[in-house]
Amino acid sequence: MIKSVQGCSETENQIKLDLDDKFPAIEMHDISKSFGAVHANRNINFSVSKGEIHALLGENGSGKSTLMNILSGIYFPDSGVIMQDGIPVYFRSPKESIKHGIGMVHQHFMLVEELTAVENCILNRKSVLVDLKKEAEQLSKFAHRYNIAIDPLTKVRKMSVSEKQTVEILKVLYMGASILVLDEPTAVLTPQEIDRLFVILRKMRDNGCSIVFISHKMNEVMDLCDRVTVLRKGQTIGTRRISETTQHELIEMMVGKSIELSIDRPKIINKENCLKVRNLTVRDAFGFPRLNDITFSLDHGEILGVAGLAGSGQKELCEAIAGLQKNVIGTIDFQGTSIMGKTPREIIKMGISMSFIPEDRLGMGLVSTMDIADNIMLKDYAFHSGPFLDRKSARMKAKEIIERLDISTPGIHHVVRKLSGGNIQKVILGREINLNPKLLITAYAVRGLDINSSYTIYDLINEQKMKGVAVLFIGEDLDVLLELCDRIMVLNSGKVTGIVEARSSGKEEIGMLMSSGSSFELDNEVTA
Amino acid sequence: MNDNLIYVTIALFIASAIRISLPLLLGALGETITERAGNLNLGVEGMMLMGASAGFLTAVRTQSVLLALLAAMLASGFGAALYGMLTITFRTNQIVTGLALTIFGTGFANTMGKASVLGKPLSSHATPANIKSFFAIKPLSFDISAIEGKPVIGPVIKFISTAFLQHNIYVYGVILLAVLLTVFLYKTRAGLNLRTVGENPYAADSAGINVIRIKYTYVIAGGMLCGLAGVYMSMVNIGSWVDNITAGRGWIVVALVIFVRWDPLKAILGSFFFGALEVLKFYLDIVPALKSSLFFNMYFLEMYPYIMTIIVLVITYASKKGTWVGPASLSLPYFREER
Repeated sequence: MIKSVQGCSETENQIKLDLDDKFPAIEMHDISKSFGAVHANRNINFSVSKGEIHALLGENGSGKSTLMNILSGIYFPDSGVIMQDGIPVYFRSPKESIKHGIGMVHQHFMLVEELTAVENCILNRKSVLVDLKKEAEQLSKFAHRYNIAIDPLTKVRKMSVSEKQTVEILKVLYMGASILVLDEPTAVLTPQEIDRLFVILRKMRDNGCSIVFISHKMNEVMDLCDRVTVLRKGQTIGTRRISETTQHELIEMMVGKSIELSIDRPKIINKENCLKVRNLTVRDAFGFPRLNDITFSLDHGEILGVAGLAGSGQKELCEAIAGLQKNVIGTIDFQGTSIMGKTPREIIKMGISMSFIPEDRLGMGLVSTMDIADNIMLKDYAFHSGPFLDRKSARMKAKEIIERLDISTPGIHHVVRKLSGGNIQKVILGREINLNPKLLITAYAVRGLDINSSYTIYDLINEQKMKGVAVLFIGEDLDVLLELCDRIMVLNSGKVTGIVEARSSGKEEIGMLMSSGSSFELDNEVTA
Repeated sequence: MNDNLIYVTIALFIASAIRISLPLLLGALGETITERAGNLNLGVEGMMLMGASAGFLTAVRTQSVLLALLAAMLASGFGAALYGMLTITFRTNQIVTGLALTIFGTGFANTMGKASVLGKPLSSHATPANIKSFFAIKPLSFDISAIEGKPVIGPVIKFISTAFLQHNIYVYGVILLAVLLTVFLYKTRAGLNLRTVGENPYAADSAGINVIRIKYTYVIAGGMLCGLAGVYMSMVNIGSWVDNITAGRGWIVVALVIFVRWDPLKAILGSFFFGALEVLKFYLDIVPALKSSLFFNMYFLEMYPYIMTIIVLVITYASKKGTWVGPASLSLPYFREER
């Protein structure tokens, strides 16, 4: 550990943010890696200097994760060299990579939930006995250097997502990393938490650490980073200084063509009520209210956004409307008729369609080991009669959806699990749209998707809106919610803290509504 | 029946419960460290049988305690290593592999066990005399005749002596082992690493812990403990070879580990509880009224350990949500490049 601290601070004097490769901490030359027939990385060149935050941009499947997994010793490259301070190094396991001061903060935290923060941070130590109190003190002192405040003796299980991430970063630093790789660290945070994270990251940079920052969110890259390298289809497209580039250029580099960045927001044509929810309360199996007395209405041709931290009741809201929740009090009227007490199938037949993309993307809605046609049939078969499945029409529909949504797959009989994330999500959404719903509920439709796929999905949703479909859009990215939706409802610990006009409100306002007045923060932890 | 006799009977009951629970405790310790490494090994029964037979065969042939114990550890360690190779390196399904190990171990043991007694006169079917006498040594036993007669303190000393001090070195050794394992698990670096591997091998790997090596180490070490449990049954508790000598105790061990929540210290009490259930039938003479009641009928008493196994599992998993129910990665294969 001591070594690392020096590693970080000895350079302190030299740093003057010289962004030309004068002090490259790590250089990766001509890295190639293939998995079977897929070339994930082809002759990639990448380097990060001491005391800089270097963004790594690229769409899904562009090879960012593979490259960083090579850097952190999880994969071994087929060819290419990694140089550290001008000397070639080889990492055959994460252990060796840590020894060289490279630490990775994964999207799925590499933490042991059952252990305390300090235990998680001292996993790679050599001593025989463990004196937790002493270790905790040392850790606190160390954390202070980076303006990080945590309680080292709390179990990770009891922390919020943002706290867990802080522990993860601290762990990697404490293990001696001076080169940090952060894989989409802001995906799970509120705007306020993101600000806090950025403060820590800048502090680390000032202490001489190198940071590789992987993100989809262009404005974060512009705000935080010093340089940026763009990957596309496994190849390096180029490296730019942030001060000398624009969002537009970067997107063009990523996508390979110029694309329109703004999201359409067509006006609502004729206001006609579709869904009315009054005093809805949903309790979980333990009697704890997951949704507490919420009231809202949704018109045809309107997109109502739902914002909130993970686990604020979004899932319960979707499921209550879709008829999947048992413990429901209040009224839900769809086009004037109550749907309380109806079975999910009856509700689908009335024209309400729900798609929920969970964090692992495959957990809900699709059977990952079945092919596209079968998955489409899952919801479709009920509308046909007779004991036998109508495979022919399912195949037709599958082809239609693949064509319409531009899903890249070898064929309709390709197993869903083997599709990329974006394509899986298109299959889910395509299936729902295929049922011609009057009310479309979609949760996290663009979760983890790259820019191109995201915009395809926004277009699809807008297309439905134009057809007069009422859309309940549950989202994560506040920028998108603000651009796409007509109104935004903010959920906070199961309560509605506000419904705002999207055209006239800002990120800060919504961020405040998302986190303010939450009386039991721990319940927001959920998903990690 | 006088009071004194009841005391002595209870003390004797405790003593024999401890004796009979020893293989359960050993097996539970073995399975605990195996499961703490994230491997659910359902082959306990098989490994116990392998140890029981190989150990007994060696005991009969060599008349050496040490060699018998070694042979038992080798045999069951071999079974565990097979299981480890399949589940860790080839990432087969742990449940299926464990079941296969039990089937394999049973066949292995019954063949080997028969070999140990085949063609020998009936008198040599039992544990050799010198091994018997080795296990008859009671290191903590002392002469209490001098204080036995004294009021108050006399009966207390006698009770403690009868219940806890009349055991062989093996018993104390195993209890000490349980205590040491507890310290190891919660107070040492290696224990922390072991727990981490069982909870989240990806985190362990990214922290530079050699996941594969740890898994192999504890799977094989756990298997060896199961073998020691088996050989104790054949050599000491029963004292001769009988086919299927463990009679399902390997399965009780699997449940016991869950019951005591993967804690070596609690395993001492847990195994004692199951041991007590098993010997209860011999001690009901004290209370004749019970003996005639349906639920203390011989046949019911024989069933209790097995019934309790089911009840314990139900209670454990039906208990409050939010409590820890075992290593998070238990029974999941680990593959670094798959995430």
